[in-house]
Amino acid sequence: MNLLIKNGHIIDPSQGIDGKGDLVIENNRIKEISLAQKGRRNAEGKLSWLQGFRTIDASGLHVLPGLIDIHTHMREPGFEYKETIKTGTMAAVKGGFTSVCTMPNTNPVNDNSSVTDFIIRKAIQEGECTVYPIGAITKGQRGEELAEMGIMYAEGCVAFSDDGRPVMSSLVMRRALEYSRAFNVPIISHCEDLNLSEGGVMNEGLLSVTLGLRGVPPEAEEAMVGRDIALAGLAKGRLHIAHVSTAGSVRLIREAKARGIQVTAETCPHYFSITEKEVEGYNTNAKVNPPLRRQEDVDALKEGLKDGTIDVIATDHAPHHRDEKLREFDQAPSGISGIETAIGISLRLVEHGVLTLAQLVEKMAKNPAVILGLDKGSLKPGADADITILDLNKEYGVDPGKFVSKGKNTPFEGWMLKGMPVITICKGRVHE
Amino acid sequence: MPKELLDKKDIDRVLSRMAHEILERNKGAKGLCLVGIQRGGVHLAKRLAHRIKEIENKDVPVGSLDIAFYRDDLSIRKEQPQVRRTEVPCELSDQKVVLVDDVLFTGRSIRAALDALMDIGRPASIQLAVLIDRGHRELPIKADFVGKNIPTAINENVEVSLEEEGKEDRVTIE
Amino acid sequence: MKLSSKDLLGIKDLSKDEIMLVLDTASGFKDVLRRDIKKVPALRGKTAVNLFFEPSTRTKTSFELAEKRLSLDVVNFAVTTSSVVKGESIIDTALNVQALGAEFMVIRHPSSGVPHLVSTHIHASVINAGDGINEHPTQALLDAFTMKEKTGRLEGLIVAIVGDVLHSRVAKSDCYLLTKFGAEVRLIGPPTLVPLEMQSVGVRVFHDMEEGLRDTDVVMMLRIQMERQGRGFFPSTLEYARYWGLTTERLSMAKKDAIVMHPGPMNRGVEIVSEIADSPRSVILEQVTNGLAVRMAVLYLLAGMKE
Repeated sequence: MNLLIKNGHIIDPSQGIDGKGDLVIENNRIKEISLAQKGRRNAEGKLSWLQGFRTIDASGLHVLPGLIDIHTHMREPGFEYKETIKTGTMAAVKGGFTSVCTMPNTNPVNDNSSVTDFIIRKAIQEGECTVYPIGAITKGQRGEELAEMGIMYAEGCVAFSDDGRPVMSSLVMRRALEYSRAFNVPIISHCEDLNLSEGGVMNEGLLSVTLGLRGVPPEAEEAMVGRDIALAGLAKGRLHIAHVSTAGSVRLIREAKARGIQVTAETCPHYFSITEKEVEGYNTNAKVNPPLRRQEDVDALKEGLKDGTIDVIATDHAPHHRDEKLREFDQAPSGISGIETAIGISLRLVEHGVLTLAQLVEKMAKNPAVILGLDKGSLKPGADADITILDLNKEYGVDPGKFVSKGKNTPFEGWMLKGMPVITICKGRVHE
Repeated sequence: MPKELLDKKDIDRVLSRMAHEILERNKGAKGLCLVGIQRGGVHLAKRLAHRIKEIENKDVPVGSLDIAFYRDDLSIRKEQPQVRRTEVPCELSDQKVVLVDDVLFTGRSIRAALDALMDIGRPASIQLAVLIDRGHRELPIKADFVGKNIPTAINENVEVSLEEEGKEDRVTIE
Repeated sequence: MKLSSKDLLGIKDLSKDEIMLVLDTASGFKDVLRRDIKKVPALRGKTAVNLFFEPSTRTKTSFELAEKRLSLDVVNFAVTTSSVVKGESIIDTALNVQALGAEFMVIRHPSSGVPHLVSTHIHASVINAGDGINEHPTQALLDAFTMKEKTGRLEGLIVAIVGDVLHSRVAKSDCYLLTKFGAEVRLIGPPTLVPLEMQSVGVRVFHDMEEGLRDTDVVMMLRIQMERQGRGFFPSTLEYARYWGLTTERLSMAKKDAIVMHPGPMNRGVEIVSEIADSPRSVILEQVTNGLAVRMAVLYLLAGMKE
């Protein structure tokens, strides 16, 4: 694919680029960026061999390196009724993502190379964007024995996580962090002390008491974050903390980074934009793990994104079938189908001055690539042509009925958002 | 603009006459029990009992009957009728019950009162005393003792207000 | 004056006026219950279905009797023999019941929020007979009726609720109702079972029972629920009874004419000693009678709520 994207506002934090210019793609790779400056002719005029290149006029639009979602659940193999790699990646592309990482809590669990291989081949055949598998830390995600990280890494896993569950045994977690050093991959931790969160279905507080729902105290997450940070320091492995939801966790991570611990962290759009109040009325679309927290946690996460404590915005895209959510609150599965609303919700951070657009791109493209060691998230010459083009002025209402994902479970229904991806380029195709 | 049909003096005279009629028909106060239909009939029943005491120096038991549950229009009304107290202070089986109501109109309230009374006990007989009979019966119901017959148009409204409710004693039509 | 919703889901949704309407109406029904023929034709021809997904004898019997006294046709939906065991969803069950022509669905379920979920999917009236650890509104209404009948008021009444408040939907509904009427509510129990968050609702929390019972007008004892709480909230029933059981000595801290209440069934010797349970200060059995009148009142008033 040969392509000229002209007159867009190009933002590439990896090269410090933030200005108007033209982007040339040749043979599915970035050829060059030509910034519009006084006195320099644009690329179109300069290069006569651009004859025959398709042109996209990106005037008034923003051109970014393709966004990378470090935390999704594509549900295949085993839960195809909730989502498949095909529908999940279609939703990802609509949401402006050119790469996604899929968690191993499938059926069978991705704890061996055959499942990893299955996912990779399915993704090549049917995926609309690139799919990187994340392998399980322990066999069956049971938290007892380490899975074959080396073989899975060779097969294509980019990180390891028991996401959906924590690794409760400190000894096993220590070993995982130590062992992972051999392959230089991050261990992504789902921080939840199951003994403290037992039976809980929402944040513990006045609201959970008055709704008659069992609560999960923020300390259930913080106790584990503290433990994992200590173990990361001991084992000298690379720790990445998934879906941070509390102020206390942000504080612990900030302090750990200041001490030089190798820890990175992600949060999700719902944790920095809505609170436990969304559960009122027993709204199962607001049931998620970790649960939606308090306003003070929302504020702390925004602060953490601003000062760099939180490195990544991921979606934790967790689609569920409509029937599964249309039931008793405590029986409904946790999860938000978030990949199609992520950019819209995250752009509110830019609108409210919490992050600049360039910083947002770092959180959603550059940093995920760096953490996972992927050759993505950048528009440098020779990079794969993974591009996300945003129209920051386009306003729209969130309508789950129109979601491409099979999962329509979102608490954002009816929200008016401003800014959406209009073109996503990946795997040699232009999606509009 | 409501027109006054009876004033306090008129009501007093009418009630005195009715008390005499009740005693005449029943040959005295023995075995009588006055039961006022909520709400209008309750105060009137008490006044009749008072008159009877003045005339015959006998105490006649007075009770109240709420007919909300026995109405035949529960499914068409916009809201449920308010439920009030039912207290019948006599053993009904050997009593002559005199039901007392303020206005007799279609007769449906009396039908409900009869059903209610039958569920409470089996009176020896039931008679009906009303202050005003305004006609337009929809059921075969007749009052035994009538204070005043007032011919009305169906869309007119006859209202009995009493001192016990904090208003003036009068009967008006509008 | 009428209720504002087709359903009775919780005390949280009721205004003071609506609660008074129910209590006043219940007085009228209590008269009916004193008669020889304890039945009125008010709701003749309509149908009530009791969907009890949790074991219950007293609440279920109370509702069933209240329904029959109003001349309703009654259907009891027994969970163990039903399609729920075959995996039918709660919404499907409710829609099927509605298709049979039920105007009333009385629901008790172990999951909080189920009556709310069902009420948004059907047009019949849903009455919450107890959902999870959320609310038990008819119990609170009958408790209020009893308190008002015995003491003449609700405002300014000092009411102590003792026991496992965390898991008691009865206690929560009572708290919401009493605070609406300006009663002073004191929650007494072990720290693990009395959530401090309730203070935000306007109640006081005590762990010292003597202190909490001082000068109270009403002492309400909750049953220690073995089946609901899981484990580890207190070391043993012996210890619990020693610190938070109602003894004659502890009751003497309350006012001389204080009444003793209990939603039932009682664990004699654990949360309450027999001497008190059987004494004239106990209004436990009257609660049961009042429960019948209150439930009749609720059904009667909801019948007036047409779509």
